[in-house]
Amino acid sequence: MATDRIVGIDLGTTNSLVAFMQGESPAVIPGEDGSNLVPSVVALDENNQPVIGNAARKYLTETPERAVYSIKRLMGRGVDDVQEELKFFPFRLAEDLQAGEVLRIRLGEKTFTPPEISALILRQLKRNAERFFGAPVTKAVITVPAYFNDAQRQATKDAGRIAGLEVLRLVNEPTAASLAYGLDKKQNGIVAVYDLGGGTFDISILKLHDGIFEVIATNGDTHLGGDDIDNLLITIALDDTLGDLGLDLRRNAEAVQAIRNAVIEAKIALSSQPSVKLDIELPGGKRYLREITREQFEQLIQPIIDRTVGPCKQALKDAGLKPEQIDEVVLVGGSTRIPKVRALVKELFHREPHTDLNPDEVVALGAAVQANILGGGSEATENMLLLDVTPLSLGIEVAGGVTDKIILRNSTIPASATQFYTTQVDGQANVAIHVLQGERELAKDCRSLARFDLKGIPPMAAGMARIEVKFLIDANGILHVAAREQRSGKESEIQVQPSYGLTDEQVEGMILDSFDSAEEDFRQRQVIEARNEAETILAALDKGKKSPAWGHLTTDEKKKIAKMEKALTTVKTEDDYHAIRKAIDTLNQGTTRLAELMMDSAVSTALKGKTMDEADMGEGPTAPHPVAKAEFE
Amino acid sequence: MRALHFCEACGKVQPPAPVDYFSFFGLPRKLNLDIAAVEKDFYELSRKLHPDLNARAGSQEQEWSLQQSSLLNDAHRTLKDPIKRTEYLLKLEGVELEEQSKTATEQARSTGEVKKQIVPPDLLEEVFELNMQLEELRMQKKMGEDDPALIEEIGRQKLGLERKHEALLQELQGQWKMWDGMIQREQNGQPVSEEERKYLRDNMVDLLNRRNYIRNLARDVNEVLESD
Repeated sequence: MATDRIVGIDLGTTNSLVAFMQGESPAVIPGEDGSNLVPSVVALDENNQPVIGNAARKYLTETPERAVYSIKRLMGRGVDDVQEELKFFPFRLAEDLQAGEVLRIRLGEKTFTPPEISALILRQLKRNAERFFGAPVTKAVITVPAYFNDAQRQATKDAGRIAGLEVLRLVNEPTAASLAYGLDKKQNGIVAVYDLGGGTFDISILKLHDGIFEVIATNGDTHLGGDDIDNLLITIALDDTLGDLGLDLRRNAEAVQAIRNAVIEAKIALSSQPSVKLDIELPGGKRYLREITREQFEQLIQPIIDRTVGPCKQALKDAGLKPEQIDEVVLVGGSTRIPKVRALVKELFHREPHTDLNPDEVVALGAAVQANILGGGSEATENMLLLDVTPLSLGIEVAGGVTDKIILRNSTIPASATQFYTTQVDGQANVAIHVLQGERELAKDCRSLARFDLKGIPPMAAGMARIEVKFLIDANGILHVAAREQRSGKESEIQVQPSYGLTDEQVEGMILDSFDSAEEDFRQRQVIEARNEAETILAALDKGKKSPAWGHLTTDEKKKIAKMEKALTTVKTEDDYHAIRKAIDTLNQGTTRLAELMMDSAVSTALKGKTMDEADMGEGPTAPHPVAKAEFE
Repeated sequence: MRALHFCEACGKVQPPAPVDYFSFFGLPRKLNLDIAAVEKDFYELSRKLHPDLNARAGSQEQEWSLQQSSLLNDAHRTLKDPIKRTEYLLKLEGVELEEQSKTATEQARSTGEVKKQIVPPDLLEEVFELNMQLEELRMQKKMGEDDPALIEEIGRQKLGLERKHEALLQELQGQWKMWDGMIQREQNGQPVSEEERKYLRDNMVDLLNRRNYIRNLARDVNEVLESD
């Protein structure tokens, strides 16, 4: 009996979802608009208020500099390695970024780190769940691509924290999908999960037996997905317009977004139609018309989907299995709807893939199952246990710039390794360790995870110290380090400089900001609404002053109204919502008689045969009555 | 005697004892294992110790669960593979296989010298000849040629290496049997001499080193054969 509901969240490149275990099976929680999918799009409206999901999509085409999509591509990455992404994605980096600083992107006038953007999406999902349950939600299981490295995982955890969620577990997306599949089928066997999403590709091979979901091998590519197909089509359209119409639209953000919307629609249509016609309105009134057949499309995307073959073959090799030994292939991710992708999977694994489960929802459903297990389990999940692996080898940089692998890829996690270090110089108090992830021999070809400084080594002759460093990869796939100088028994202090991530202090700072800004947002919204109302009242008063009814007021009454008007005009520029409300109410009361007079004269004018408009009644029956008391909660 | 991982009565995870991998599974230090039994044990222990199934426990228990399950996974991974199992056992017996070669490697790297690998004496001549042939093929490939006869010869050598690799495994298996016999005698209370122990240990170290050497050589051969 879970008093605290733990939800499962799929934080996707293109779409995000939140789900929970409803009785014996998982279910997706819809948003206010009834939609199960929340597009991973974030925008800032004119008042710098965040807009998330479907509502944010129009900003992509109308004011693209105030919107961002596919932020997952930037999570846990540094300025240097996003240069490639920047060529194809309209990410605007903050101008004042220093080397080694965490990435920030610009949205309108503000800048955000990728975890902060992801946190906004997570907060939206959190709210959807809370609305659904009518109760607070503070704990979640969030999925990540299996091939995400340590920095990318940490960034995802940070995002959860910033959004006010305690992230109980990060689950690998293919593993989550297998949970949803396994819960459904309840069969033992070897399953391959082929997950091609918007931005990432994962292939995982699992052994399912008696409720245990054991990952044997995993591989993938964190820069491969539907986005790459979209970008290819966009590039073609841009080249076409440049060539045929002499129009260079590459810097025209609105045009590029319009093209993007169109090619995405076309791509989707080609999964069920043999051909499709692109018809895009370009700036300057021109139109881009092009027919694409499914054959042409398949030819174009072949090199992209071929990139999934290498990782699949490597995973099979690491698992020590032949394709024939796989019992079932499960497809995950919207891009697996493309017929050519299904054909490729069939060819690779020598069987028809399993397509019963909704590829958009299966990961979230699996996350909900895992959330249920963590929460103590229920009848449906009582025998279930996930045994996942680390996707990348963990290594230490040693003399000569070489990587010494201490935990190999595909090791079941939690996993650990112990290394011994000593000092080179008499009295040396620090030892620096550079930790890497990857399979290459040279450190420079691997991913820098972090640099650790072991501090506080007691003074000794060189080579005497024996520092035991324990590296532990936890169930989330994240690294922890502990060190102890054995001769003195002293715990060494470890200072971690994450190569691409936020420090704990920075995350803390963002959480407070985020909470403050929830308050702040609400307050701001109130002030804005009050100001709008003030404007309406004042505009109506202006009209009232020009009406014949004004003449019927006493000088005294006019003086009083003028005073109230001045008070409201002044206070509405300030931030005090209550003061503005008070001034509005005062003015409303003070102009009751004027309103009545205007009403009378309007009625009598109308009776004299004039229309409502001519009698200056305002914009119509739906507009607030001029100077009448407005209705607000 | 098996380490106590969790309380039999209430199921709560216990603090991890500083035991070796064999003790963790309650196994004697023998080199032949009933792998199926270890697997079964591994899954049963996973169900008790895994952090996912202890997520609602107190933070101390959760910490223990993390430590225990990483120990469980490390132990399982090491004992599952016969070669890793052997290397681990030798380490427990005080043989510093890994560190020896690592120190030599680091030394070589820092001085820029080529690491002086200990070539098994009986292979000296073969290795010398094979390295010459590989060098020749490398040169040829650089110039865009290749001599099919040379490639065939190297291919034959490679097969020879593979056969040696296999033969060494069989020799190792023989040593395992002898080692296990010795441990059994020990368990039965019979005296076992330090000489016997050392003799078997040294044999296994030698066989492992040779096998590693041959494997590295085979890898070099493959690299050259497969390169453009």
